Amino acid sequence: MRPWLAFALRLAGLCALAGGLLGLVGLLLWLDLTVVERDLLQAMLVGRGALLVLLGLLLLAVLGALLQLWHSAYPAAAKRLEEEVGIIHRVNPQHRVAIGGAKPMRRLGHALNDFAAAYDAQRQDVEGRIAQTNARLEQEKNRLAALMSELAQSVLVCNVEGRILLYNPQASQLLEGREAGAVGLGRSLFGILDQRLISHGLETLRQGLEQGASPVAHFVTAHATQLLRARMVPVLGQPGELIGFVLILEDVTQSVELASRREHLLRQLTEGSRAALGNIRAAAETLQQYPEMDATHRQRFGEVIRDEAERLSLSLEQGLARHGDQPGGQWPLEEMLATDLLCALQRNFSTTLGLSVRCQDSGEPLWLSLDSYSLVQALTQVMDALAVACAIHAVDLKLSTVGRFARLALCWAGEPLEPGLLHQWEERALSLGGTDPAGCTLKDLLERHGGELWSQADRGSGHNCLCLQLPITLPHPAAPAPVLQGRPVYYDFDLFSQPGQTPELDERPLRELAYTVFDTETTGLAPSEGDEIISIGAVRIVNARLLKQECFEQLVDPRRSIPRASQQVHGLSPQMLAGQPTIERVLPLFQRFAEDTVLVAHNAAFDMRFLQLKEAQTGIRFIQPVLDTLLLSALVHPGHAPDEHRLEQIAARLGVSVIGRHTALGDAMVTGEVFLKLIPLLAERGIHTLRQAREASRKTCYSKLEY
Amino acid sequence: MSKSVLIADDEPNIVISLEFLLEQAGYRIRVAHDGQEALEAIQRQPPDLVLLDVMMPNLSGYDLCQKIRENPAWQHMRIVMLTAKGREVEVSKGLALGADAYITKPFSTQELLAQVRDLLADR
Repeated sequence: MRPWLAFALRLAGLCALAGGLLGLVGLLLWLDLTVVERDLLQAMLVGRGALLVLLGLLLLAVLGALLQLWHSAYPAAAKRLEEEVGIIHRVNPQHRVAIGGAKPMRRLGHALNDFAAAYDAQRQDVEGRIAQTNARLEQEKNRLAALMSELAQSVLVCNVEGRILLYNPQASQLLEGREAGAVGLGRSLFGILDQRLISHGLETLRQGLEQGASPVAHFVTAHATQLLRARMVPVLGQPGELIGFVLILEDVTQSVELASRREHLLRQLTEGSRAALGNIRAAAETLQQYPEMDATHRQRFGEVIRDEAERLSLSLEQGLARHGDQPGGQWPLEEMLATDLLCALQRNFSTTLGLSVRCQDSGEPLWLSLDSYSLVQALTQVMDALAVACAIHAVDLKLSTVGRFARLALCWAGEPLEPGLLHQWEERALSLGGTDPAGCTLKDLLERHGGELWSQADRGSGHNCLCLQLPITLPHPAAPAPVLQGRPVYYDFDLFSQPGQTPELDERPLRELAYTVFDTETTGLAPSEGDEIISIGAVRIVNARLLKQECFEQLVDPRRSIPRASQQVHGLSPQMLAGQPTIERVLPLFQRFAEDTVLVAHNAAFDMRFLQLKEAQTGIRFIQPVLDTLLLSALVHPGHAPDEHRLEQIAARLGVSVIGRHTALGDAMVTGEVFLKLIPLLAERGIHTLRQAREASRKTCYSKLEY
Repeated sequence: MSKSVLIADDEPNIVISLEFLLEQAGYRIRVAHDGQEALEAIQRQPPDLVLLDVMMPNLSGYDLCQKIRENPAWQHMRIVMLTAKGREVEVSKGLALGADAYITKPFSTQELLAQVRDLLADR
């Protein structure tokens, strides 16, 4: 209820009460009087009506004055205290309540101020400690950033959704290649590297964590023309759950190429020589063993020896001259339990192929060196083809140890597999989705693992199996990995909560909008009578932060005289404005600066009026929503008098320091900070969105002010 | 009657030595120059022992070995694999597929003969 209305109602009530009491006393007196006395009283009153009315008015005035005194001493003072306490605990802890009203209210005011002082001291203490901690965090963050930028490897830190939270320059250099800007904070890693690989890596990490180990996942992936070796390390949150990962990338294109050439050469020299040496040895031994051999045979064996020796020299020369360029060799393999491989296959076969799968596991821990992603994918593809070729619906996976090999048998009943078909599959290029360079076959993959694949059939019983044999490795004792738990987080989560460009500006929370806070200086206060803008200053607010470095400041030549009175306010002389651009040139620049933002000004109606009057002349229209700090302040503190909603007063009340008052940019800055302080106060009153702020502003009485 | 041996190898330079040595040792020798030819020779008349080279055109030594072992009638046929592939995993594969012996090139002819003799003596 408005204060004056409450006062009027109270006064009316008081008058009614006094009138009623007087009337009752009069009536009782009247009833008690005898007829003679009544006549006498009537005679006394007749002709004194004016005096009675005067007495009545006097009573009214006395009552009114008393009520006014009481009102300002109690309810008004209480209301002010309420508002000012609100300011202290929500906006400006340094603010102190004004002492006023009746003595008890003044005492209450003093008590409140004492309390506020204690509260402020405590708050400053807490803030000091927070600032200290923040400074330490900042220092650590800088140290980390410096360290990361010095690393030769590319490092990326991502959350589990694959969004990049941190990266070093090496990473962007390595991954950007063709598309600049692909690596950036908040961007998805999946746009750069194969999502399935990352998911597989994350799955490995999760499984490792469940088993209480300190897991690391490895994979190799082709990126453009490069071959990247990646190491994935988990980042753990407080309860030990996986919240992200560190990805360390290394370009292994050259080293893999080199190693595979070497490997190829080595193989060529060993295996290529075996046959030739075998032939020579057999021939030589035969010659030696049968010295009395006939001449024809002797000559034939001689030819064999010469022939093979020549072939051997040739192959040596060729091998050294020509380098193999097939990838392979240096492929990084990870240690994995054979049982885990079995489980991964079982899961994949049943989910992607819809087969019914049974597992038979000897139970002993067999460690294998695997590129598990590629191997599981490749075997799933083989199983898929096998299921079609042999009409298989159910398969048994059996794991056994043969010497220093683990043998994995995929067994089924029914049609056997033609060996020729298996050879075809071995030669077929695998589609592993970026994991391998194009053209990698199952055969390459098996070679890389030192494994063999074959099919066996027992036509009698109809039991068939496809065997995969892989070398067993000795398990490495788990290295005491650094504990990553509780690693400090060095990223800006605001990046993730940034809303998209929604058309429903009105329904968006005030905190999230982008604003242009502006102020103008003018030659006078009457735009319709020829006063002109001589300066525009503006600053932007984004994500509830005043961006002081993103500001707009421009003096304008008004092309008219500047009254001395106004010069005293803004301090701009005609000489300072001479040679400045005119409003026609300045407004388009300001419009571009304010594009797609909500305009904010103190007493915005005044500034907007000047801008609107230029519409016809410049063709520039400011159609974006406008908020007025004057109206918003009145909305938040209705108990304060109109002159307490001037910018200085609001700023002082809200704890905003005023510098550069009466320059357009200085005022815009102050207005911006005031606006930021008002946002939480508005929220207390249920005003959260732009629409609510605009509608509430419209209702406040000050909006009726017209310029 | 002397035992029969089928040499399945596509390299004439080794076949000549093997053929000579085994003939001198008193075996009846037949030669096949690739896997398919060897399979046909076996089907015509199963030998007592097959000397099988792994790397052969048409049908590899592994495949031939598998086909022999899949046929119940040929269960007693001895298979000796000869190969330039010397990795342990390949040896293991050959033995898993049913080879009785796996000899890696280069080999000693004496050892080969002894191996053949032993295998055929078992029967």
